[in-house]
Amino acid sequence: MTGFFTLFYKEVLRFWKVGFQTVAAPVMTALLYLLIFSHVLESHVQVYPGVTYTAFLVPGLVMMSVLQNAFANSSSSLIQSKVTGSIIFVLLPPISYRAFYLAYVLAAVLRGIVVGAGVLLATLWFAPLQFAEPLWIIVFAMLGGGILACLGVIAGIWADKFDQLAAFQNFIILPLTFLSGVFYSIHTLPPFWQLMSHWNPIFYMIDGFRHGFFGVSDVSPWQSFAIVTTCFVLLSALTLEMLKRGYKLRA
Amino acid sequence: MSSAIRVQQVAKRFGSVQALAGVDLDIRQGEFFGLLGPNGAGKTTLISALAGLVRLDSGHIEVMGCDVITDYRNARRQLGVVPQELVFDPFFSVRETLRIQCGYFGIRQSRTRDAWIDEILENLDLTSKADANMRALSGGMKRRVLVAQALAHRPPVIVLDEPTAGVDVELRQALWQFIRRLNNDGHTVVLTTHYLEEAESLCGRIAMLKAGKVVALDTTANLLRSFSTHALRLKPAQGAALPAVLRSRAENKEGVWTIAFDRFEEIEPVLAELRAAGCSLDDLEIGKPDLEDVFIRVMRGKVETEAGAEVRA
Repeated sequence: MTGFFTLFYKEVLRFWKVGFQTVAAPVMTALLYLLIFSHVLESHVQVYPGVTYTAFLVPGLVMMSVLQNAFANSSSSLIQSKVTGSIIFVLLPPISYRAFYLAYVLAAVLRGIVVGAGVLLATLWFAPLQFAEPLWIIVFAMLGGGILACLGVIAGIWADKFDQLAAFQNFIILPLTFLSGVFYSIHTLPPFWQLMSHWNPIFYMIDGFRHGFFGVSDVSPWQSFAIVTTCFVLLSALTLEMLKRGYKLRA
Repeated sequence: MSSAIRVQQVAKRFGSVQALAGVDLDIRQGEFFGLLGPNGAGKTTLISALAGLVRLDSGHIEVMGCDVITDYRNARRQLGVVPQELVFDPFFSVRETLRIQCGYFGIRQSRTRDAWIDEILENLDLTSKADANMRALSGGMKRRVLVAQALAHRPPVIVLDEPTAGVDVELRQALWQFIRRLNNDGHTVVLTTHYLEEAESLCGRIAMLKAGKVVALDTTANLLRSFSTHALRLKPAQGAALPAVLRSRAENKEGVWTIAFDRFEEIEPVLAELRAAGCSLDDLEIGKPDLEDVFIRVMRGKVETEAGAEVRA
C-alpha cells in the first residue's frame, strides 16, 4: 500500500505545487462565467420555479469545474511524464496496475473536488443556495470526477504528444461539457437537441448533481445515477485493462 | 555463487527489427559486469526487459532468483536502474524526489529512510543541493540524482545504462569511485558504456552484443588475451623502407607500420631485420592490448565464429 499512497501523494503534491494554475485559475474562470451569464440572463430565464437563474447556474459551474479539472489532472500528469520520460520512475517500481489506477484517479478526483469547492465558496456570495439532498451532491461529484479522471488516464496514455491530448480535450470533453446543461435546462431545447442531450453522459452528471441542490431535475436522479455508475464501471474497466496490458507504457 | 541475473533465450522483436535474438547470460552475485555493443545492438532493450519496461516475445529473465514477469514485485525490489536519458520530474526538490522514490518501493517514512537518503546525498556530493528544485540542477547534478534514485531502495543489483554519457571527467571519476565501493560492498553492477577504457578498468566480465546476439562473453582478461595482441608500431625515417620480410606481416596506416606479437621475445628478431636492412626509424612504440581492439575485431566479425564457438560463461 505504501507504493499506492506515495503515488497518490506525488500526484496531489504535483498539482498543489502549481496551485495558481491548477486550482485558483479554474475558480476564477468559473466566476467569470457566472458574472457574465447571470448578468445577461438573470432577468430573462427562470428554469425551475422559485430558483433564480444565477442559483441554477452555480451547481452547473461547480460540476463543470469538477469534471474539467479531474480530466486535466490525470491527462496532463501522464502526458507530461511520458513526453519528458519521467514516467519511468513510476514504471520501474513494484506498483501494481490497480494501485496505479487508484492513485491517478483519486488524485484527479481530489483536484476536481478542491476546485469545485473553491467555485462553490466563491459563488455563495452571488446566489442563495439550497442543499435539498446533499448525498446526491457528493455521489455525483465523486462519480463524475471519477469518470473524467478515467478519461484523463486513457487520453494521457493514448496521446503521444500534447497536440493529440488538446484535440481530445477540445473536440470531445469540452463540447460534451458545454452541451450538457450547465447553462440551461434541456427542456428549453428543440426536441432533436433534447434527444441528443440524452446521449451525453455528462448531462446526467450535471442533472443529478443539480438535483442535490434543488431537489428537482430534468430526469430522475436514480436514472442519472444508474447511467453515471455504468459509465464509471465501463471506463474503469477499460482503464484497468490498458494499464494491465501496459498499452503504450511498456513496449 | 548463485546468479544475480539470469537471462535465458530472450527474444524481442519491434516490427521488422529483431532487437534481441535469443540472448543467454548468467551474471553472478557481486560481479562488475560490462554489456557492450554498438548502437542498436540490443543493450538498452535487454536492460528494459530486465526492468519490466519491455515485454518479451520469448525467454525468461530472473533477478536474484525472481522472475521479472511472474514475480515482478520482488524482481523490481532487487533492481536499481540508472536510465540512459537525463530524465527528471520538474515539480520536486532532490530530497522530495528521493523520498518519493523510497515510497514507490514500499519504504515508509522513517528515520532510517532519511538517514540513508542523507548518506546517498553525501556520497554523491549532493547534500548542498538537497532542497534545490530538479530544474535548477546542471546536467551532471541531474545525472547524480538519477544514480541516487536507483539506490534509494538499496537494491542488491544496480544497472547503469551509459551513466557517463556527456559527463565531465571529475564527475565520471567520482561516480566510478562510488560505484566501485558499492561493488566492493557486495552489490552486483551491470554497466553499459561506449567508453571502452571504462569497461576495461572496471568490469571483471564482459558480454558483447551485436544485432541482438551475444557475440563474445568472457572475463575482461581472457577477452584481451584471446582477441587482442601487443603491437609494435614502427615509423621508418624519411627515405627508408621497411624490409619486405616485415611488410608481409605488418599493416600500414598513414606511414606507421604495425606488427602484432604475443611475446616480447618476438621483438628482437624484428629489430635484427631492421638493422640488417639498414632501415632507420623516426619512431618506435610498443602498444598494449586494449578492449577497443577486441571490440572492433568482434564487431567486424573477424572472430565471430571463433567467439561464438568459444563463448565462455
